[in-house]
Amino acid sequence: MPDTDRVIQRTASVEERVDAVQAALDERGLKASEAVEELGHLAQETWIPENGARVIARAWIDPEFRKRLLANGREAVAELGLAMPKHHRHLVVLENTAQVQNVICCTLCSCTAFTIIGLPPDWYKDVEYRSRVVRESRTVLREMGLDLPPQVEIRVWDTTADTRYMVLPEQPRGTGGWSEDKLAALVTRDSMIGVARLGAP
Amino acid sequence: MDGIHDLGGRQGFGKVRYTQGATAFHAAWEVRANSLYAHAVRLRIFNMDEYRHAIERMDPRHYLTASYYERSLTSLATLLVEKGVVTREELERRAGGDFPLAAPSAPGRTNAEGRARFRLGDRVRVTQDSVPGHMRLPGYIRGKTGVVVGESPAYPFPDAHAHGVQSEDEPTYDVRFRSGDLWPNSAEPALIHVGVFQSYLEPAG
Repeated sequence: MPDTDRVIQRTASVEERVDAVQAALDERGLKASEAVEELGHLAQETWIPENGARVIARAWIDPEFRKRLLANGREAVAELGLAMPKHHRHLVVLENTAQVQNVICCTLCSCTAFTIIGLPPDWYKDVEYRSRVVRESRTVLREMGLDLPPQVEIRVWDTTADTRYMVLPEQPRGTGGWSEDKLAALVTRDSMIGVARLGAP
Repeated sequence: MDGIHDLGGRQGFGKVRYTQGATAFHAAWEVRANSLYAHAVRLRIFNMDEYRHAIERMDPRHYLTASYYERSLTSLATLLVEKGVVTREELERRAGGDFPLAAPSAPGRTNAEGRARFRLGDRVRVTQDSVPGHMRLPGYIRGKTGVVVGESPAYPFPDAHAHGVQSEDEPTYDVRFRSGDLWPNSAEPALIHVGVFQSYLEPAG
């Protein structure tokens, strides 16, 4: 006779666990499934790197905007209709130059200015980047395809509080006089994290 | 807490698994896990510091093998159980198997007394504080000296905010350290900037 009370111990799959949480919240009237629709759309369609790219392109063509952006990032991005969560009370924009490469990370978890530069990719949240980028920054960047000349100073920014950072990459050579839209199309999320530079088109 | 999450400067990890333009999500459940925790924060079931701390309280072996969104899901479920919204038994019955949760929380603490205000250019030393609860002080700057290069608006103090302890909001200072001061003779030259809460800092003279 089969022992129907016997429970075979296994860990539920992540999908089963997400289903369980979502169903439990729905049953309590907490509208989890509606939130999944709404917030899932925001995460995939609204909080995207194209937002940050618009900010960067504007900063390249408008020196006054660039000044405002460097002075108070949160207020400046709001001029372009871009919002940040309430708990991100400050956005610090870090200007790269020929001599300085700024790089952002979060060694304790995976914080980013996600509404502006997009949600972070896996590698940003993985243990390798988080452990090594503060201690072996030049080697890590080289392994990621950014081989900086020795005279370039590396400045790493660890996002340990609720202030958020984004990198303002250098405008690629040969793009003077380009339209804002055309410039924005050149800007990548990784250049706003600081692990890539933008080459001439 | 000196947990497994505090990864800055730990040695032994290999190459970053980097691909250009990598996407944030790879599966539908990841989007759902991310949305569900954000929804719970929006409903004020828990705050971001509680959320981060519940991730830190995961068993270190689970933490290291879980993907980012599995850590997110584990924190969400842990806090829903701790806040009395659901029981672990219900989650496991619905999931049809074990639902690993994070370990219980230790007590928090309020702001440091006699906190100093700093100006840009001030030299500051990071305290040696170590607490059993949540804090946002990465171990690699403990006791180290740096220079203030920025100041934020006041934020809730994480050591209190993650534990329901009363506290005052306080500014964080962007403090610049030299990598060679953080890891003498065993770091590549760079300037390392860390957002440090006022309670973790004292004047360095």
